[in-house]
Amino acid sequence: MNTLSTPVFCGLLLRRQLVLGLRKPIEIGNPLLFFAMVIALFPLGLGPAPDTLAVFAPGILWIVALLSNLLSSDGVFRSDFEDGSLEQLLLAPQPLYFSALAYVLAQWLLTGFLLALLSPLFAVMLGLDAAAIPALAASLLLGTGVLSLVGGIGAALTVGLQRGGMLISLLILPFYMPVLIFGSGAVQAALAGASAAPYLAILGAMLCMAVALAPAAIAAGLRISVDA
Amino acid sequence: MYFESLSAVLQMDGHGGFVWSAYLITLVVIVYILYAPRRREQRFLRQLRGQIRRNSGAAAPVREES
Amino acid sequence: MWSFFHKLGSPPWLYRISGSILRWLLPLTLLALVAGSVWGLLFTAPDFRQGNSYRIIYIHVPAAVVALAGYYVMAIAGAVSLIWRMKMADIAMRACAPIGAALTFVALVTGSIWGKPTWGTWWVWDARITSMLILLFLYLGVVALYEAYENKALAAKACAVLSLVGTVNIPIIYKSVDWWYSLHQPASIKFTGGSTIDPSMLYPLLFMIVTFYALFTCSLLLNMRAEILQREARTGWVRRLAGEREPG
Repeated sequence: MNTLSTPVFCGLLLRRQLVLGLRKPIEIGNPLLFFAMVIALFPLGLGPAPDTLAVFAPGILWIVALLSNLLSSDGVFRSDFEDGSLEQLLLAPQPLYFSALAYVLAQWLLTGFLLALLSPLFAVMLGLDAAAIPALAASLLLGTGVLSLVGGIGAALTVGLQRGGMLISLLILPFYMPVLIFGSGAVQAALAGASAAPYLAILGAMLCMAVALAPAAIAAGLRISVDA
Repeated sequence: MYFESLSAVLQMDGHGGFVWSAYLITLVVIVYILYAPRRREQRFLRQLRGQIRRNSGAAAPVREES
Repeated sequence: MWSFFHKLGSPPWLYRISGSILRWLLPLTLLALVAGSVWGLLFTAPDFRQGNSYRIIYIHVPAAVVALAGYYVMAIAGAVSLIWRMKMADIAMRACAPIGAALTFVALVTGSIWGKPTWGTWWVWDARITSMLILLFLYLGVVALYEAYENKALAAKACAVLSLVGTVNIPIIYKSVDWWYSLHQPASIKFTGGSTIDPSMLYPLLFMIVTFYALFTCSLLLNMRAEILQREARTGWVRRLAGEREPG
């Protein structure tokens, strides 16, 4: 039996996850629909005055993006854990670190990436100034990557548990807070006419660190969950 | 001693309520974190004693692994 | 050196030695708590700006300092249990979480009570307060994860991973909250900076910080003893111990 090299293996894994996701378009649509619906709650709760909404728009968009990412990250490993393919993955000779990265990348492409692409639409609906929209999209693009990686740690630790859904949010929301601070900071800076670049640079640094460290934690979490 | 009388200690120039309630809450938490593990240990030992007594009371010659 | 580690990994030895440590450490800690409180409450001059309400500092600051240090103790114990698979380390780690959460709670509540007479409000979203609140969430997350697992050995491993992730994140969270606050800081409130403390106030404060560390140690050992007995319930030494203490 010849073993696949790690990059090929991870590429196949990524393709498998994407194909599985694309076969169920509803599953991809769910986080986006959630995003849209929660956005629609804010005018109802805060009142429709465009000025008020525009002031809160950076915070609202970021918080909702965070929540929809949280909801979708619960399911990253769930189905593979239930049908046993996760166990096979742990037995594979390829390092789990890179396999975990492939899983998270697939999840990010199907949620965070699409969310970042669609965010200008919702930003316009909330009356966010057009000047801040590139900063919003860029910060979401970088920030949701960090969210997916950190969410993956929570998902890996709770996948073996019956009632993982609520628990995962308790575990990882505190770790989401720095991303929220700098993500909405970037949009606010752009609104104020300043450059969003420093914020984006910090988000980029967080992303680098998360890419380097989170897969190791995800791998450790998966080993524990499969043991259970 | 900074204060002259007991009532001055309790009053603390109008801040007494804040200071004393903060110390009281802390006291409650400290008692809890010291007492809770102690109670857990005592309760466990009591349960185990009961278990051992039941096993020996049956006077079973074969010691079964519980 | 290695034999010491082997002993540290041995439950009966740790149970016995922690008992003899607690026999003198616990009364000493309680005495020091009373002495430090009396010192801070009665024998120091009031602050010239805050009056007597500043006396809360003698419990607020020690609780906050030890709560934060407790997270690192928990993470180090978690790392030890993951790397060397030392059973006693994950018992220590599990014991840290509720104590840390309790101390964080004390720091938040006393801070809030202190805030009312000083700033006129129970709660402000100040950088330090917000960070402490997040620390409380981190502790409660570890407790919740531990309780969710049926198998306690695996629960300890999962908590070790989580607390290590937390250790990497705590400096980031602190720095970003700090930065967030400096951006939104209301001009009228400023707590940090320029705080020089008189030695007559500093000494009781340092005394109380040391005392709170001792308190943490006492509670940690007590929690570990209870946990050791429960995990070792089937072994001979625990059964003999239960027999020895039989009153009748």
